[in-house]
Amino acid sequence: MITDKKISFKFDGKKFFGFEGDTLASALIRNGVFLVGRSFKYHRPRGIISAGSEEPNAIVQLESGNITEPNVRATEIELYEGLNASSQNNWPNVNFDFGSINDFLSPFFPAGFYYKTFMWPPKFWEKYEYFIRKAAGLGKSPKEDDPDKYEHFHYHCDVLIVGGGLSGLYAAKLATKANLKVLLVEQSSELGGEKLNVDYVQSALQGSVDNVLETSFGISLVNELENLNNSNNLKIIKNTTLFAYMHNNYLLACQKIKNKNIRQIIWKIRARKVVLATGSIERFLTFDNNDRPGIMLANSVRKYFNYYKVKPRGNIIIFTNNDSAYKTAIDFYLNKIPIKAIVDVRKESKGDLVRKARNFGLKIYFNHGVINTKGRKKINSVIISEFDEKLRNTIGKSKKLSCDLLCVSGGWTPTVHLFSQSRGKLIFRESDATFIPDISFQEEISIGACNGTFELDDIFEETFNKMKKLLSEFGKEIQDKNREGVNKIFQDKIKHLWVVPSNKYFGKTKMFVDFQNDVTAKDIKLALKEGYRSIEHVKRYTTTGMATDQGKTSNINALGIISQFSNKQIHELGTTTYRLPYTPVTFGALAGRHVKEFFDVERTTPIHQWHIDNNAKFENVGQWKRAWYYPKEEEDMHQAVNREVKATREGIGILDASTLGKIDIKGRDSSEFLNRVYTNSWSKLGIGKCRYGLMLGDDGMVIDDGVTSRLAENHYLMTTTTGNAASVMSKLEDWLQTEWPELKVFLTSVTEQFSTISVNGPLATDLMKKIFVDFDFSSENFPHMSFKNIQINSISCRVMRISFTGEKCYEINVPSSYAKSLWSKCFELGKEFNITPYGTEAMHVLRAEKGFVIVGQETDGSVTPIDLDMSWIVSKKKYDFIGKRALNRSDTIKEDRKQLVGILTKDPNLVLEEGAQLVEKISKPPMAMIGHITSSYYSPNLGRSIALGLVKDGLKKKGQTIFAPMPDKTVEVEISNPVFIDPTNERLSA
Amino acid sequence: MFLINCPYCGEREQVEFNCGGEAHIARPKNPPDLSDDQWADYLFMRKNIKGVQFERWNHSSGCRRWFNIVRNTATDEILKIYNMGESPPNINGDDPNTPSGEPNIGSGNISSTFNKK
Amino acid sequence: MKKPKKYSIFSLVKNALTYHENWQPVWRSPEPKKKYDAIIIGGGGHGLTTAYYLAKNHGINNIAVIEKGWIGGGNTGRNTTIIRSNYLWDQSAGLYEHALKLWEGMSQELNYNVMFSQRGVMNVAHTLHDVRELKRRWHANRLNDIDCEWLSTNEVKKFCPVINTSPKIRYPVLGATLQRRAGTARHDAVAWGYARGADAMGVDIIQNCEVTNINVVNGKVTGIETTKGTIQSNKIGVVAAGHSSVIANMVNIRLPLESRPLQALVSEPVKPIIDTVVMSNTIHAYVSQSDKGELVIGAGTDGYCSYTQRGGFNIVEDTISAVVELFPLFSRMKMLRHWGGIVDICPDASPIVSKTHINGLYFNCGWGTGGFKATPGSGWVFAHTIANDEPHELNAPFTINRFSSGELVDEHGAAAVAH
Repeated sequence: MITDKKISFKFDGKKFFGFEGDTLASALIRNGVFLVGRSFKYHRPRGIISAGSEEPNAIVQLESGNITEPNVRATEIELYEGLNASSQNNWPNVNFDFGSINDFLSPFFPAGFYYKTFMWPPKFWEKYEYFIRKAAGLGKSPKEDDPDKYEHFHYHCDVLIVGGGLSGLYAAKLATKANLKVLLVEQSSELGGEKLNVDYVQSALQGSVDNVLETSFGISLVNELENLNNSNNLKIIKNTTLFAYMHNNYLLACQKIKNKNIRQIIWKIRARKVVLATGSIERFLTFDNNDRPGIMLANSVRKYFNYYKVKPRGNIIIFTNNDSAYKTAIDFYLNKIPIKAIVDVRKESKGDLVRKARNFGLKIYFNHGVINTKGRKKINSVIISEFDEKLRNTIGKSKKLSCDLLCVSGGWTPTVHLFSQSRGKLIFRESDATFIPDISFQEEISIGACNGTFELDDIFEETFNKMKKLLSEFGKEIQDKNREGVNKIFQDKIKHLWVVPSNKYFGKTKMFVDFQNDVTAKDIKLALKEGYRSIEHVKRYTTTGMATDQGKTSNINALGIISQFSNKQIHELGTTTYRLPYTPVTFGALAGRHVKEFFDVERTTPIHQWHIDNNAKFENVGQWKRAWYYPKEEEDMHQAVNREVKATREGIGILDASTLGKIDIKGRDSSEFLNRVYTNSWSKLGIGKCRYGLMLGDDGMVIDDGVTSRLAENHYLMTTTTGNAASVMSKLEDWLQTEWPELKVFLTSVTEQFSTISVNGPLATDLMKKIFVDFDFSSENFPHMSFKNIQINSISCRVMRISFTGEKCYEINVPSSYAKSLWSKCFELGKEFNITPYGTEAMHVLRAEKGFVIVGQETDGSVTPIDLDMSWIVSKKKYDFIGKRALNRSDTIKEDRKQLVGILTKDPNLVLEEGAQLVEKISKPPMAMIGHITSSYYSPNLGRSIALGLVKDGLKKKGQTIFAPMPDKTVEVEISNPVFIDPTNERLSA
Repeated sequence: MFLINCPYCGEREQVEFNCGGEAHIARPKNPPDLSDDQWADYLFMRKNIKGVQFERWNHSSGCRRWFNIVRNTATDEILKIYNMGESPPNINGDDPNTPSGEPNIGSGNISSTFNKK
Repeated sequence: MKKPKKYSIFSLVKNALTYHENWQPVWRSPEPKKKYDAIIIGGGGHGLTTAYYLAKNHGINNIAVIEKGWIGGGNTGRNTTIIRSNYLWDQSAGLYEHALKLWEGMSQELNYNVMFSQRGVMNVAHTLHDVRELKRRWHANRLNDIDCEWLSTNEVKKFCPVINTSPKIRYPVLGATLQRRAGTARHDAVAWGYARGADAMGVDIIQNCEVTNINVVNGKVTGIETTKGTIQSNKIGVVAAGHSSVIANMVNIRLPLESRPLQALVSEPVKPIIDTVVMSNTIHAYVSQSDKGELVIGAGTDGYCSYTQRGGFNIVEDTISAVVELFPLFSRMKMLRHWGGIVDICPDASPIVSKTHINGLYFNCGWGTGGFKATPGSGWVFAHTIANDEPHELNAPFTINRFSSGELVDEHGAAAVAH
């Protein structure tokens, strides 16, 4: 509501005043500013045409710096003190724009002109394109980070009502009274909608249009609901646009907040029933030069007057094809604002409003139309003419009328966007050329103008009846209505006139259909002429309906024009798809809090803080943060890793291996289950023993590996790779539940319940003896590939003697809450052995020295165990296991597949790049590649570089020299055994 | 995002579930006896139906249980949910009128082209 | 057949003088004949190029392209228009590079400006694993004589200044590959340009005509049933993308495909702000800016079969988060339009361009999320396959049989989502 509080704002650098309650658009009109922007293609001067979210012209750049926002509709910006906006797409300014040369050159820029030219010379397209790109675009993207925050709310309700006009309010009242949980969403800042805020404001004053009783009914309805708001079962959110209607009544709305902390909120609503009361949008008429500033939608002009109290000035002319525009005339007349003329394309109208206007003595030109307008930056006159019988041609002499404001009405388009998004089917109503809801697909009803019901009495009747049925589905009954009927206003029929005749040659006219994208009626005709006949082809060829307003005022006109030019009925053409969002939605709002520190969950081990305190650098592995290496002062990565690797081979290295996946497997058939999912055999594994396993997909390719320990007869603990923990668990459950329900096996993920501390190196046993003082760590008692339950301070640890480094190693699995203290204890007790923490990089070097593979690095989904030279782990005896059959396909049994080998550079100091490709013969590209480097490191223990690779027929080629052609030089390498250190496993058992 | 009525947990959003593809494709009991083609058939080949399809779903972010769903892939409507191991129920109707089931004009906003139950 | 009038700046000026009322239709709208030498089912980019090259390279002009809706209305008109050839495996690289070369001369070849813009495609690495895989691809591309460069983090920032290269973000940019010859094109224009070219050589483009059955006699195709009647032919190429299985099921062929929703969106148009294509498979952000000024953003696929051309909005939210993470300055930009398509995904993320066990029936499908870039190459080799009843050497690896033999062309490793 407009108050008398003055507010100052700037537009294009110039200072203006408006009032509290103004939008930027109403304040600009109040200040006599009509020219607010330039069009996309021809840079024609453009003014505000509407008063709502359908506005195609008045889009501005709001504010500057880090809070700037491009392409904001001035009709939706609530004025605030100090607001600073500027017009877009013009240079040097909106009044004098060099780009407007395009308007004079427009004959050369018809629809799709760019498909036909800019092709010569062939290399020049990118040069043309540079200028095309510069000319295109509207506002400017922000250049700085967004300082604002956004939030997502989830809301479940019985009934969601979209639209706070009278139909929506009435529906909300009925549902609230029935004690249902109701959410009412209103796009604007006030309830009441068009009827109350535009129609009845005047009628209350003048008793002119409808009867006063209705006004008071409307006002009391608003008051009643405002009182009920935030009570037990009704919530009203204003300034909120519902922009998406998805599956199963899942709807999304965006709320603008004036709060400093949060800019916008996305409401994610799941409703049992949805009531769409989204109203309708007025149409424009398509006539020559219909786009000049000062030409506006009739009802919008009325809204600026009635609601925003902006008094129109000068010569006012109304151009219409229906009765509704007469409301504007009547309101103005009653407020002593002279109407110069009403130009009506119809032969006559018997409607109540028209009769009233006649009685007031307003000048009406029937069977006439505005056929052209004059005035470059602001309309100053119109040319009107009479039409022939079929409304195809002008007849007689045209007449020039001076005009400062032309109010246009081409009828009304129900806002069926959301209904259509819900997958409801539309039907075409010939009488007023509207698409209206026909068959619902979801639990939803449409009421009021969005359902093609325009008269108030009909709206209440429809709302009552539909709500009664809807509420009965909740088992609620409502009383019969206690509302008196109102006088119906009889409105006579609309006359569709998709293209207003002109006395000019059609090819010379500029009748705009899509204002923002500068699509004219002749563009549409051209598209049809060229064979782009499907509505989608016309849309895409001319770009009609593809601007930031998505054709809210223009799509139906484009359809009408196609229908006229192609002699087809509109219902035969169909519509283009109504796409979400209803109005554009801020990216930041859609992202919500899922940015910066909340972009993706960080998983850390219980020992994480220790790593941070000890200067670890981290590596992202899936969602995990893993310590990568621990540089000491002035050490670079290479030095740090070398130190960690050497320390592990010579003394003790300690690794936080807690991220490995751990799955607890219990049940009668656990051994059989493992037999089926791993390539090797498990039945004979002794209790207390550990075994390495390789897991395949049923396509025979390696998907995971790890060590599994037999805890008891029917109890195992499986470890998986860090990255595959979840997918392996899920795959195992899949096999169990769907293929082998007869197996009694139960899986539990215990990844986070236990942490793993891996103590490696020749002195590992010495440390273990200090930690677990009374325990016998002799190899007789505790051999390699076995585990023991050992207590420390009454905490039970499961210690496994397994190794991923080739060194003697103990992996201590400890309940996670004790992990950090045990880790610290290791350091305390390990000081004398120079215990060294090592990260994932050193781990990679250590395992590569030993020739151990990493699934996902040595494998890529196309590698079998045979390719890894691991046939020893593939059981020949088992009749079946997952992946077995696929290992015998014609391609997988080939002997010259890519196989895992070691790769040694001839230059021992040169470390190959991982991912480097290998060739047998050097030539000019293209070269035949025979494999690639999967892993490559400097090995401080060997004093040279080492690498692993997959090489075609590699197992047979050991000793051969091949090449890695790098961008700067070619590297000579030799194919070797992949085990570089301790091939006989002496260190493991030492 | 559609809703799935997990037989163990109740109605939840689809994002909590994983689809395991077409149902009732049993892993063969005699893999060594099968030809490469037959194995490929089990492993890769799918009907990928437009219309009523029988599928396996897993409530992966919930109870982790697998179950079967009958879903119209042309509309995403779930027609029936039943347990693993049960035989597929009879579902009549709900198939597209033509193979593609799409209207012959426009982009799908006009005529009804699916037989509703 | 009337040769189409040439498009040029001169023809544009000339037609301007007659108010553009003398342009010819880009293609005719004929009724189907009784019989054709070949029928292509599917009037998308791949179908139209197949018809074009059948006529142009193989002299088979008596062809019908049967389209159930409007040409270019499927994934051709719904993708994010990224064109590149930096694939890992030789087989893929060969096919996509052949396509890229055709893109480079396409506007002139068709005399229709498809606005192929070689503004470069960057594939960004965010983890050490990404670095390893992308470098593997880079080296493979180099040796396959496909242009590709490795950019360090600083070079990434230099090439695309608006990208966030701070080491402090959740998944920092560790480098990227750059293929400078890669880029984008105007997707609709590709369909229209090839339709115009094919039509000029006598190809009948029949829209609003749905195939309801395929007639097979003694293991040979004899024609199709359509909503416009029976049409005979002994050669039928199926290029139905997301609906490939629907056609295959008519003749009881099962394909290794799943049709899934893939979503995309554009922002409101703004003045030039990003001058290249940025792809991040790890965080699922694919961004470029169209000539119109809209940011064109691709999202990931949903994990289930659906023909609704609509996915879960959670996928869109994830993608937007990723875009805002990588380009924080876009946070105040707005999503203007969102849509979905149906992508036919193969288990190895590679296509099928192949004969079938039915004589005269050929399938071209399984392009998944990355078919647009292959459009001309796909048509070229498929036309060869249909004309000779033998695959071209470039599509020989892409048979249906590879799923039996195990000779897959697994492109997952290096391009989790092959946009």
